[in-house]
Amino acid sequence: MADSGAPKPSSSVKLVLLGEAAVGKSSLVLRFVNNDFQENKEPTIGAAFLTQKCNLPTRTIKFEIWDTAGQERFASLAPMYYRNAQAALVVYDLTKPTSLIKAKHWVAELQRQASPGIVIALVGNKLDLTNDSAGGDGEGAGVGDGEDARKVTTEEAKSYAEEEGLLFFETSAKTGYNVTEVFTAIANAIPETSLKTARGPGASSAAARTEEQRVNLNGPRDPNAKEGCAC
Amino acid sequence: MAQETEEGNAVSSPSPPSPSPSPPPPPLPPRRKVSGEAPLQVGGQLQSKPTTAVSSIDISTLSFPDGTRGTFPTPSVGSGPSPLNSGYGTPSRDSSGDNLTDSMSVMSLAPTVRAPGDLASLVAGEFNRKSRAWNLLRSQSETVQPFEAIESGDSSELSGFEKEFDNIPENLTDDVRLSMWQSKMKHYLILSSAGKPIWSRHGDLSLINSSMGVIQTIISFYEGAKDPLMGFTAGKARFVVLTAGPLYFVAISKLGESDSQLRGQLEALYMQILSTLTLPTLKNIFVHRPSTDLRKPLEGTETLLSSLADSFTKGSPTALLGALECLKLRKSQRHAINNIFLKNRAEKLLYGLIVAGGKLVSVIRPRKHSLHPSDLQLIFNMLFESGSIKSGGGESWIPICLPAFNNSGYLYMYVSFFDEDGNETQPKPSSTTKPTSSSTPTIPEEGSPPPQPPPPPPPQPESPQEIALILISPDRESFFPFSSLRTSLYNSLTKSTHLSLIRSSLASPRPSISSILPGSNPPPISHFIYKSRPNVQFVMSSLHPLFTSPMARRKLMSQYQTLHAAMHAKHSHLKVIYSVGGDCASLGWVTPLFEFYCVAGPNVSRQAMTEAANRVVKWVGREEARVFIIGGGVF
Ligand SMILES: Nc1nc2c(ncn2[C@@H]2O[C@H](COP(=O)(O)OP(=O)(O)OP(=O)(O)O)[C@@H](O)[C@H]2O)c(=O)[nH]1
Ligand SMILES: [Mg+2]
Repeated sequence: MADSGAPKPSSSVKLVLLGEAAVGKSSLVLRFVNNDFQENKEPTIGAAFLTQKCNLPTRTIKFEIWDTAGQERFASLAPMYYRNAQAALVVYDLTKPTSLIKAKHWVAELQRQASPGIVIALVGNKLDLTNDSAGGDGEGAGVGDGEDARKVTTEEAKSYAEEEGLLFFETSAKTGYNVTEVFTAIANAIPETSLKTARGPGASSAAARTEEQRVNLNGPRDPNAKEGCAC
Repeated sequence: MAQETEEGNAVSSPSPPSPSPSPPPPPLPPRRKVSGEAPLQVGGQLQSKPTTAVSSIDISTLSFPDGTRGTFPTPSVGSGPSPLNSGYGTPSRDSSGDNLTDSMSVMSLAPTVRAPGDLASLVAGEFNRKSRAWNLLRSQSETVQPFEAIESGDSSELSGFEKEFDNIPENLTDDVRLSMWQSKMKHYLILSSAGKPIWSRHGDLSLINSSMGVIQTIISFYEGAKDPLMGFTAGKARFVVLTAGPLYFVAISKLGESDSQLRGQLEALYMQILSTLTLPTLKNIFVHRPSTDLRKPLEGTETLLSSLADSFTKGSPTALLGALECLKLRKSQRHAINNIFLKNRAEKLLYGLIVAGGKLVSVIRPRKHSLHPSDLQLIFNMLFESGSIKSGGGESWIPICLPAFNNSGYLYMYVSFFDEDGNETQPKPSSTTKPTSSSTPTIPEEGSPPPQPPPPPPPQPESPQEIALILISPDRESFFPFSSLRTSLYNSLTKSTHLSLIRSSLASPRPSISSILPGSNPPPISHFIYKSRPNVQFVMSSLHPLFTSPMARRKLMSQYQTLHAAMHAKHSHLKVIYSVGGDCASLGWVTPLFEFYCVAGPNVSRQAMTEAANRVVKWVGREEARVFIIGGGVF
């Protein structure tokens, strides 16, 4: 274990965001990476790659994030981004039921095609548009005034997540509610073994990739590892 | 508008065509394109202000950069240019239809010919009507700037231009929204040949569905007649139609662009669609289901189409000239940057570009491939005009079809911006803010005592300030190699201070006329654009202070568009065109090496403009290696 003086061991985690267009994937990333929000964010074209460190008590995780475009025409490119991913954030908009259906499709595809040990978090975004008190702890929830735009209940999504063994969160990229929590939970849920070959902060992406490939050969991770962090 | 045009082979004109009053002889086909917009001009769309008489002192020689001189016959003012020599002849509808083969049908001309007679004779009549006293009065104010009328608000043909880009709110009644829609000066519509609306610049599709229907009916009516409709005029609006594969593109303009310019704009929109879908995909979609709604597959492309369309409406030199602008750098600096770039190059790199604020800094490419300006226009539009990539932060990996390069497949484009965050990691950002002595000793100050323009040039963000690295590959797996290329390139450019050189050049304004033509105050011309034809690049003077407002900029670009249209009309052999209107004078000059356009106040004499043109052209000659990328880095 690292004592106070020495740098903590650090390792890279490759993470991919998937979900229908306009559910707020890029906004979640923007909140996590820059602690910022843009009211009229334009659709992502292709995919964007960003990195952000996440400090855990015992180690530092460097997220290498692929923020993919949700628009249908880019769907065929998705495998390129989730292929070696250790974690995935599947996002839906909790004011839009079709986006949960799309999210379930992504989860199924990941379970079929992605690395066996991949940690998946299901995220219902735009909580600020609902009446839930939880969303309001940021800089004031947007709509308020009794109007509840929620179309997907917490119970429905949560029970689905439990069935499939996914982490589950409801977030607001707008207020920042629960955003860091998602990433921290993912960081905690990544099995220690897949982080063994931790490198310094300079670890290159290429190196991280080969590392993952090696990890993937080890077969499925223990799904129980996730349980502890679920909300 | 008074037009005097001179034509003939610029360098050696053994038989200068003399103004001939006789009816059109067969050898010279009609100037179709210009005449297409003639009614607009006559109707006062563009420059209908009372005209000043052209002075009788006619310059008949121009010197060319290669040292030769050309002489030009000068039609006498009294007779006015004949229709044929002016380039403004209206095609005679009596002559056999074969004369009109090239692209516009006889039928499609029909509604255009609202104005009787031809433009040239109208123009001649108009300027002869001006009284001597009026001319005297006008010429008293020699320093009248171009388009001064804009400031005083009597610029009727562009009134409402400030609102051109405003959205049509959804919460108003349909009537109000429709009238707002109608008040736009420029519309673009895209529909499928089955009549399904695909995209329109203004108004949601429900608002304009019926208009789409009408247009589709009209177009398909002519299509059945094997005589495709190319364009027509309704009121003040010119409609131009482009049929491309299964799609119809329509431009509706009250801004006085020529048909071929509008068609060029529509082609660019088509290229954007191909860039999203590729040609085979587009064809496939419609082969299988002609009634497909293309909006879904194009999802997300709307913002790109809109920003492209708006750049045309604002007036885009790139679109007009089919050329790009470069960031001004010393030759040795650009060379060094190219070499650093080449040294860091990754495998499977097809093209590499450094672009600062929409201006090219460095290009590296394989010897056998060059980049097409229309492809670059799409890329620049995506990166600099629409926010999708810029705002994302991080590095982007984008499948893109570059239709001029290959319209049937995707390439992969890596994009990363070298800015803000880069600045923080950079230990010495001091040199990035103020132009350092090393960066811009731009103007050779030969023999001109006061090299500094009197007022300190104000900060002038004429264009966006981002620096982007663009790396293109046919290989979709190249992201990570390119990402490390970025890191090493960034480090080398920072260490060698080239990145700060780029930043300071970017921060300094485009050259002002007074710095290029020192010694004359006020400068004889107000603005110029010079396109190097071999390099497919242009350089222009600063828009500050006269042309910074969107309206003034639009007027300036309209002026250039008119000159450009006159000189590029099919079968036009114009080499020099000089035009005086009530609010400005302008000059166009085309040689195999360059195209030059400039604008001056309405009372500037032709002699003064011609002299200034020559001096600017010489200046470009001296600065060529700085203002243009010549060849670029080749591997
Ligand atoms: N009220 C509210 N709006 C949000 C929230 N997150 C995102 N938005 C808005 O939703 C829209 C879409 O957000 P994006 O982040 O671009 O969505 P995306 O999933 O990245 O979309 P694609 O890139 O097209 O796949 C933007 O206008 C955001 O401002 C949120 O938590 N609350
Ligand atoms: Mg996005």
